[in-house]
Amino acid sequence: MQKSRERLHNILIVGVGGQGVILASEILSDVAMRSGYDVKKSEVHGMAQRGGIVSSHVRYGPQVLSPLIPMGEVDVLLSFEMAEALRWLAFLSPKGRVIASRQRIVPPTVSTGLARYPEEAEAILDRSTRGPILVNALEMAEELGNPRAVNTILLGVTSRLLELPLPAWRRSITERVPPAARELNLRAFDRGRSLV
Amino acid sequence: MRALLSGNEAVARGAYESGVRVAAAYPGTPSTEIVQEFSRYEGVYAEWAPNEKVAFEVGIGASLAGVRALVAMKHVGLNVASDPFMTFAYTGVNRGFLLVCADDPGMHSSQNEQDNRYFARFAQVPLLEPSSSQEAKEMVGVGLTLSERFDTPSMLRLTTRISHSKGVVRLGKLKDVPPGRFARDLKKYVMIPGYARFRHPLVLERVERLRAYSNRTALNRVEPGDKRLGIISSGVAYQYAKEVMPGASFLKLGLTFPLPDKKIREFASRVKRLLVVEELEPFLEEQILAMGLPVEGKRFFPRLDELSPEIVAEGLRKAGVLKRQSAKRIEVPASATLPRPPVMCPGCPHRGLFYALNQMKGIVLSDIGCYTLSVLPPLQAIDSCICMGASISMAHGVAKAVEKAGLQEERPVFAVIGDSTFLHSGVTGLMDVAYNNGNVNVIILDNRTTAMTGGQDHPGTGRTLQGEETRQVNLRKLAESLGIDRVRVVDPYDLAGTLEVLKEEVSVRGPSLIITNRPCVMMEKFDPSLVLCVDPELCEGCGMCFRLGCPAIAPGEEIPSRKGAKTRRKAVIDATLCRGCAVCEQLCKQGAISKAAK
Repeated sequence: MQKSRERLHNILIVGVGGQGVILASEILSDVAMRSGYDVKKSEVHGMAQRGGIVSSHVRYGPQVLSPLIPMGEVDVLLSFEMAEALRWLAFLSPKGRVIASRQRIVPPTVSTGLARYPEEAEAILDRSTRGPILVNALEMAEELGNPRAVNTILLGVTSRLLELPLPAWRRSITERVPPAARELNLRAFDRGRSLV
Repeated sequence: MRALLSGNEAVARGAYESGVRVAAAYPGTPSTEIVQEFSRYEGVYAEWAPNEKVAFEVGIGASLAGVRALVAMKHVGLNVASDPFMTFAYTGVNRGFLLVCADDPGMHSSQNEQDNRYFARFAQVPLLEPSSSQEAKEMVGVGLTLSERFDTPSMLRLTTRISHSKGVVRLGKLKDVPPGRFARDLKKYVMIPGYARFRHPLVLERVERLRAYSNRTALNRVEPGDKRLGIISSGVAYQYAKEVMPGASFLKLGLTFPLPDKKIREFASRVKRLLVVEELEPFLEEQILAMGLPVEGKRFFPRLDELSPEIVAEGLRKAGVLKRQSAKRIEVPASATLPRPPVMCPGCPHRGLFYALNQMKGIVLSDIGCYTLSVLPPLQAIDSCICMGASISMAHGVAKAVEKAGLQEERPVFAVIGDSTFLHSGVTGLMDVAYNNGNVNVIILDNRTTAMTGGQDHPGTGRTLQGEETRQVNLRKLAESLGIDRVRVVDPYDLAGTLEVLKEEVSVRGPSLIITNRPCVMMEKFDPSLVLCVDPELCEGCGMCFRLGCPAIAPGEEIPSRKGAKTRRKAVIDATLCRGCAVCEQLCKQGAISKAAK
């Protein structure tokens, strides 16, 4: 196994428009850049923001070429939503890990009977991936006082799987969230870290 | 200083560092952020123009006045701006002019995936294709320098993946570019036929000088490697190819029109096999083939959609040069993949309008904006969408065809268009309807913003790009002065009221204009006192409210059904999503929906 410093790290963050996927990937990219890595991050804006699918590829290492992670090479798949975790499983490397919030966002296509929500998502993750980390992030965020803290809780969990220095995480979160929400987000991050 | 910048942010930074003083654009994904970001720098002027053609001409004016100028647009925006573009390529510039054009391979947020590299060749102007944010920043400076040195507009072509990917960029200092003066040069800038005839040969001669530059410049560089395979590539495709096939020889092209013919011939002579890896059309491949070189490309790589590392790897496997098999992928049963199309937001004022419009059973010619999402189930309210501003003129064409050809068509004809799109290029269509007395009902969905691209101001909002107050187009007066006598305003949250007005206007022959009056819900402050809820005691699971396709309404508890009957589910309103537009409340026959806060 190559040393962590010399190798390319691939994190795919996914969810539904409006959940904070982009902010989470901004923070992660920022932490990686502060830690001295080359970084690329890629996502698609536009239609995706209208309750559609959002994905953000984050890659860091000594040198990053493609802004997109090749399929089958994701080290950490962080999903903000259960059905979305399944959509991107083909990107996960055989050694990769899934972190998923247990939240379910049911699109109107389900209420009109055009689609069904995959209730078996958790079972599929258990069956086809190595040690998925499933988190009741929404409930935890509500306990902490703000449902918007979901993304920093999930980043806290993610930080345990990545060898990036803790001070860089704390600094990026401090700088990227609104001043009034700083303290809450740092607590949420620690809460996430305590889960793994 | 290093910063993590998107391609668009890097272009804005590059423009600032290169002394650009005037920038203009009309918002369009994936180009929107360029001028938005640029406007934040000190000492610059940036504006939203009503459309890309106007933006382009503002840029020409600034160049002629003696300052460096940048205009930005999405690929289809250049179709609109192509008129000034083609002739500005003849006149050339006074100070540097850069056209930044962002293509959308894969149509993430566009109606087509045209490859605008052909536009640069069409106009015979230099074309730069960055493959990272750092290059995007640098190429802005190069493009402006080339513009001044060769007396030509330059074109910087981005793609969604470059515009919206972030990478580490080294920031530079602001270059001092002293402004010039307005250039009076009649034979250069007044393109009457007699003078244009003098300019055209200069354009052709300029391309030859640019070709010589293209052969010299380090923007087109050879990266030596395995001599058995030479790959010619540009833009983000280069990054994919380099990642998949790091050992091959590469000719990495940054200036892709005019092509560096000598460099390509020399590269070809040094490798055993020559491949082109490029996104969309065989733009490079065809030109290299025309040079008589044995090159292959689109035999192995798709012309459709955007590329990705795995698509490039697959092509290289087909070509027989990549032996490594693709990594094993985890498979998920298709039944577990949830379709999640983009939807109108909860509380979106378009929803009520389209629900009412569906009752009219008309022919509905639509335009480009959030409201185009009304084509998806359950509303499926529109019949067409072609390009910006097309709805009204198309509706006029339908109405005239029906009328003059005596078609058996009883359905009323509607055009639906947003406020920003109407001001972009719908006004002339409405003028035509008035002038030629079309039997068309035009609906302007006036949500007072350019919503689809994230809420940019326009001439109808009363605010500039910088958020300063300014004059505001009065849609009613504008329509009246075009000759539209019947102008009605409706509240799209009021279903019955909206339907009544639609019926009245349909009953009157000739042009009508109906304007909706609710602003985009994303621009409005959230008022928790308006949030609705469903009384489970009263809800019978009839599913009427589901027909609105509102993301805040979901199926909840199952209702025990008689044998053989379809399972019904009670509706539940998600209090975190509901904005309280109350359109669903008007549909509920049981009166089960009401305000949550009592």
